[in-house]
Amino acid sequence: MHSLPEQTQRGENDMLTFRFRAGAGKVAVYVLLCALAALMLLPFLWMISASLKLDKDVFRFPIQWIPTVPQWNNYVKIWTQIPFLTFFANTAKLTIIITLLQLFTSSFAGYAFAKLEFKGRDLIFLAYIASIAIPWQSYMVPQFIMMRKFDLVDKHTALILLQAFSAFGVFLMRQFFISIPNDIIDAARIDGLSEYGIYFQIMLPLSQPALATLTIFTAVFVWNDFMGPLIYLNTQSLKTIQLGLRMFIMQYSANYALIMAASLVSLIPVTILFLTFQRFFVEGVASTGIKG
Amino acid sequence: MDAMQFTHLNKTASGARRKTLTQNLVAYSFILPNLLGFATFTLIPMAFSLVLAFMHWDGANVVTWAGLDNFKELISDETFRIALGNTFYYVIGTVPPTMLASLGLALLLNQPLRGRDFFRTTFFFPYVASLVAVAVVWNMLFHPAMGPVNQLLTALGVDGAPRWTASVDWAMPTVIMASIWKGMGYYMVIYLAALQGIPSYLYEAAEIDGANAWQKLRYITLPMLTPATFFVSIMLTIASFKVFDLILVMTGGGPGRATNVLVIHTYNMAFRQFRFGYSSAIAMVLFIIVLIITIVQFRLEKRWVSYM
Repeated sequence: MHSLPEQTQRGENDMLTFRFRAGAGKVAVYVLLCALAALMLLPFLWMISASLKLDKDVFRFPIQWIPTVPQWNNYVKIWTQIPFLTFFANTAKLTIIITLLQLFTSSFAGYAFAKLEFKGRDLIFLAYIASIAIPWQSYMVPQFIMMRKFDLVDKHTALILLQAFSAFGVFLMRQFFISIPNDIIDAARIDGLSEYGIYFQIMLPLSQPALATLTIFTAVFVWNDFMGPLIYLNTQSLKTIQLGLRMFIMQYSANYALIMAASLVSLIPVTILFLTFQRFFVEGVASTGIKG
Repeated sequence: MDAMQFTHLNKTASGARRKTLTQNLVAYSFILPNLLGFATFTLIPMAFSLVLAFMHWDGANVVTWAGLDNFKELISDETFRIALGNTFYYVIGTVPPTMLASLGLALLLNQPLRGRDFFRTTFFFPYVASLVAVAVVWNMLFHPAMGPVNQLLTALGVDGAPRWTASVDWAMPTVIMASIWKGMGYYMVIYLAALQGIPSYLYEAAEIDGANAWQKLRYITLPMLTPATFFVSIMLTIASFKVFDLILVMTGGGPGRATNVLVIHTYNMAFRQFRFGYSSAIAMVLFIIVLIITIVQFRLEKRWVSYM
């Protein structure tokens, strides 16, 4: 009884030091995070800054982060120096078609692999998994030869067919559907819903986070893909933004400001897409069990 | 009586069979749209590449049987040897730092902090940015004569700053730095997902037992993360062996052969020299290396990965 106030006193003191320590720790964490964030963003900030300068000022040191006379004209020039708009349209077309096909076929197949019983299921799924572990480069040559046989080289169809049916998408969707309790499906079956009904009315709405995750992965991949278009597309009017950007860099290698402006513009669509879907992202990665 | 029972049994058996048949057909209708494309454009070329490694073919003339010629040639191909060494250099230089960095970031960002979403987005962003754009800005930042990095180093009094991608010795480290910077945000997200799966009662129990922050990290967090670490190490290793675009746009495999890796060599053989058989043989070696390392990783899994 007697010692009680003293103990409380000491407890409070402890709490105070604890809070102080925690506070100092928190400040240290913030300082560290801000420094790291700056390091991550610096190349992009420099890109923005350089894109608004004259070529002769791009490398001036010390860096002038905000140009005194911003050269907005750089952003007009890039569209006339190279058929950027065509490249954008081509890439957008490929990205939309491939992503939609990927979402549709992967979630369809992923549902069957997760929730339906059928002959050969495990064997077929094993083939899918194995193909993820095999480097694409080890069969890109036969793929190319095959496309040439089909007369699809230098056509967008080749890229669509190659990228719309990835094993990764099926795997991701299957992992997600497996986490959905069977009770829901059984109840729906008892209510007389067909497998298609279950898929469209119950599974599809439930799988939003997984679909968002797959959308980010696929769309970012297609938009940024360099090697596929490099191998398959030769005709100027069919080329994608990454090929176009690369061409621009090679042709105008000394026009630093224009190169930075073009690079920045090429990043915008992906950035918007990413920011739109990113709130699903950690959730999606977690729920699909990619964590292993 | 007996006969009737028998027909009855027969009936249900055929009914069940019909039911499984419909079940199978329904299931196949679900997987078919994907499977058709996947089998045609992935599985068949995969099988074909196995065969091609034992052939001579320039893509135009007749295919001829090569036996082991392509593999024998590998032994005497100096560029192949250099590319093999460079590939391992890149993998060893990339995998451990990326894993450490992504784990560290995930641990920092798993705490309740203001602006956490901003930091997550920031660290993930380089992964989303296109390689072509990233490579060009890196090459400008690290330009040996004019780049801000070397100007800063010179201003700080460093004599003979590295010539980065223009130097045989520094080209690979520069590529590796860019790769870590670009990739760690992705693996951070995987770690974050795993961290969120650790039940909080474990930490509460440890606190009651008087564990400090370090002990909680050492005895709860890290062991609970081992499945994620295993997954990350496999995915990252495979991805690093397959490195191509980053090197192609940053250095093109140069200067000289300083950053020539196996996939660059495969690509050059196939699409520059039209030696499809030989190119497939190189790709097969890459595949076998990846396979062996993945198997070894799975073998070692039991020793250090703990599943709850």
